[in-house]
Amino acid sequence: MNVDAKLRPEFERIPADVSSLGAVERKLPPLQRLAGNVVLRRGLILLALALLWQGYAMWLDNPLLFPTFTGTVSVLVRDLVTGELLARIGTSLEVLALGYAAGVAAAAVLTTLAVATPLGSDILATLTAMFNPLPAIALLPLALIWFGLGIPSLVFVLIHGTLWAIALNTNTGFRAVPEVLRMSGRNYGLSGVRYVVHVLIPAAFPSILAGLKIGWAFAWRTLIAAELVFGVSARSGGLGWYIFEAREELQTARVFAGLLTVIVIGLLVESVVFRAIEVRTVQRWGMQR
Amino acid sequence: MAVDAAMAQPGDPLLEVRGLTLQYKTPDHLVTAIWRVHLTVEAGDRFVILGPSGCGKSTLLKAIGGFMPPVEGSIALRGRAVTRPGPDRMMVFQEFEQLMPWKTVLGNVLFPMHATGRFRGRDAQDRARAILEKVQLAHAADAYPHMLSGGMKMRVAIARAMAMEPDILLMDEPFAALDALTRRRMQEELLGLWDQLNFTVMFVTHSIEEAVLVGSRILVLSPHPGRVRAELNSDGFRHRGADDPAFSQLARRIHGLLFDAPAAEEVV
Repeated sequence: MNVDAKLRPEFERIPADVSSLGAVERKLPPLQRLAGNVVLRRGLILLALALLWQGYAMWLDNPLLFPTFTGTVSVLVRDLVTGELLARIGTSLEVLALGYAAGVAAAAVLTTLAVATPLGSDILATLTAMFNPLPAIALLPLALIWFGLGIPSLVFVLIHGTLWAIALNTNTGFRAVPEVLRMSGRNYGLSGVRYVVHVLIPAAFPSILAGLKIGWAFAWRTLIAAELVFGVSARSGGLGWYIFEAREELQTARVFAGLLTVIVIGLLVESVVFRAIEVRTVQRWGMQR
Repeated sequence: MAVDAAMAQPGDPLLEVRGLTLQYKTPDHLVTAIWRVHLTVEAGDRFVILGPSGCGKSTLLKAIGGFMPPVEGSIALRGRAVTRPGPDRMMVFQEFEQLMPWKTVLGNVLFPMHATGRFRGRDAQDRARAILEKVQLAHAADAYPHMLSGGMKMRVAIARAMAMEPDILLMDEPFAALDALTRRRMQEELLGLWDQLNFTVMFVTHSIEEAVLVGSRILVLSPHPGRVRAELNSDGFRHRGADDPAFSQLARRIHGLLFDAPAAEEVV
């Protein structure tokens, strides 16, 4: 309490000599730098999984139930070289692109309506609450009745799989746009579509991107599942059909190869395509770490 | 930047608010924020709206910005009624997130110019760079808002508004979220810019010191609902500072107007 009783002595000094420290900023040792590399760390995990797989399969020694990693990869490579797998992947991705694009377009229309009018907002909220929990694959029987076997049925279930997730996220994002940003936009006389394009969409982009990612995952899953059910037009079947066919012929390594392809494509889209979009947009803008 | 006097009728004030009443709805209430307010802003004014929180001063500014229709009375800019938001009344808000995070500093300043189509191409670029130079942010032109400090963001917001050469600049407590030192510097900078460009600004604040320092004319509002309590001149304090006896005298007078209100007027 009583400060002036014992004043602490003042002092000044010349900063200590640091020449013995070497450079103030030094590179970390190579091992520590490597440990900071995400790609490397994840790659090591994948490698460990592959080794585990290989070890277990060799110990089990039953290729009919559990083929080895090397066996699976060699089937994968062979089918890629012959072009069969590539054709299947092509078919699947083509249908996926169709369904995904249609889903995104439908979501854009619905959310624009929801932003523009209170009624549209209520319609979107009700529809999303109703249909979002309904698994897309459950609609496949209905789609088959309405559209028959073929691409239109697949596109129908894909739209259902993507539309609600994207619409829900986009709408949430629009609602969360700060009031000052909205007012700024209107201050410049922006309205209607120009207001949505120049203010709302970029401001809500983190949510929109999240919706697109969820929509993509739903679509990919739904598509593979739907193709498994499609047992007819074998020539033009996609990846799901490839897996189904392999099971019919008890070629377990091929089943594994098909599954591996599904996983790899999923990983690529997530960690290459969406990652690149994120780095260029929401991360650069400081909206997401 | 100087207000184009040729456009206004001689003797016509720049902004005229007559008998303005403003109400807004909350889920349960209809709140009257402003009650029959008259005010006149002349070109070149630094018109400060001062009042305690809840006196409807931000609501008044929003209405002048065109974001709120009057329940009663009228707002006219250069004789034309204000009905909707427009770039002739550029607003600067209190919040830092008024900048578009997806645009660089330069992009933010260019955005209203392009959106309104008022300035284009090289002309817009030159204007934007010149105004950034004036607010000492030329070096940060390519930075994104999230890399800037609060004071820098505010300077960008002011630059963005000024670059549009609005008839009147509307500032809603622009320095309230800044720390005291930055705030002080920004007040000086705003006055420095006014010296150079002589624009018209309407400035909302709840700080008496800021009002006296920044304003040339101060409108004092009483709360619940906002009504005119007084209109005072305060020009000439900016170069003398808060140590001046006249400064503290005016500040005390305003303090009295705000807080020693007659008991009969205390309608809540």
